[in-house]
Amino acid sequence: MAVDLFHYLFVAAMLLVMGIFGIFLNRKNVIVILMSIELILLAANLNLVAFSASLDDLVGQVFVMFTLTVAAAEAAIGLAIVVIYFRNRGSIQVEDVNLMKG
Amino acid sequence: MISAVLFYVFAAILLVSAAMVVSSRNPVHSVLFLILAFFNAAALFLLAGAEFLAMILVIVYVGAVAVLFLFVVMMLDINFAELRSGYQRYLPVGLAVGAVLLTELAIVLGGWKVSPEAVTLRLSPRAAELHNTLQLGRLIYTDYIFLFQAAGLVLLVAMIGAIVLTLRDRTKSRHQNIAHQIARTPADTLELVDVPSRAGVASIGILRPKPAPQPEQAEASTGHAEGHH
Repeated sequence: MAVDLFHYLFVAAMLLVMGIFGIFLNRKNVIVILMSIELILLAANLNLVAFSASLDDLVGQVFVMFTLTVAAAEAAIGLAIVVIYFRNRGSIQVEDVNLMKG
Repeated sequence: MISAVLFYVFAAILLVSAAMVVSSRNPVHSVLFLILAFFNAAALFLLAGAEFLAMILVIVYVGAVAVLFLFVVMMLDINFAELRSGYQRYLPVGLAVGAVLLTELAIVLGGWKVSPEAVTLRLSPRAAELHNTLQLGRLIYTDYIFLFQAAGLVLLVAMIGAIVLTLRDRTKSRHQNIAHQIARTPADTLELVDVPSRAGVASIGILRPKPAPQPEQAEASTGHAEGHH
């Protein structure tokens, strides 16, 4: 690894904070919220890869593959839900999603 | 040295593009910045020695997930200006939460170091003479085969779920009902009439075709519900 582990961890922490900031900032736009979740998952993957490289242990990289799988499944299902919600209601405002009065 | 410089360049571009993803006015630009962020993260993976994961990140995220986002953003006719309202209202709380979280993470990172015994706890140390993909493959197809198959099942469930959710049932379109066509007999539709010689329409009357058998409607609708296409 070219640089110290802490530099990787700091970049990943910044990425995670930006993802959470994005969720707060775009409270109405569910598509940008999904993108922010992708950023958060990317930060987690970056952490796993950094630890894997720093400890010289390959299990972290195996774990990243499973995280990528779950992230891809989450994006596909989330966007499918967005599409059918838009088809039914004609809007994707997060505040409008109150049919179940939860 | 050169790889350290590359690390800082890629990390800076990654963070800037992540900031643009969350703050961009146009969601299409957000998706494009997301693609840029994924490319730079793949470069960081490469610098950390995870070549296979870097390529997977480019293929899966840029090739599939980001394009999926792009499709959805461009397909839905959304008034994005309306979605941007309240931006100023949420900005302070978002900044506050982000600052708190970043401070906490910095405190954790500052007071933490890797234990010296961590090296003895490694499950599968990296062999220097084999390349990354070979080692990952050996690991996934032996020790983690069940997890690998479970990941495949996750993808299968996601695929079926996405299809089931978005499959639009077109009740207006008329499909061929093959069973009905085969079950049709000549007695249902044909009527043989003995026409006497020199008799015309005036004496026999006009023969209307028999009404088509009606159970087809109910049958067809149940067939739709089961997904007959």
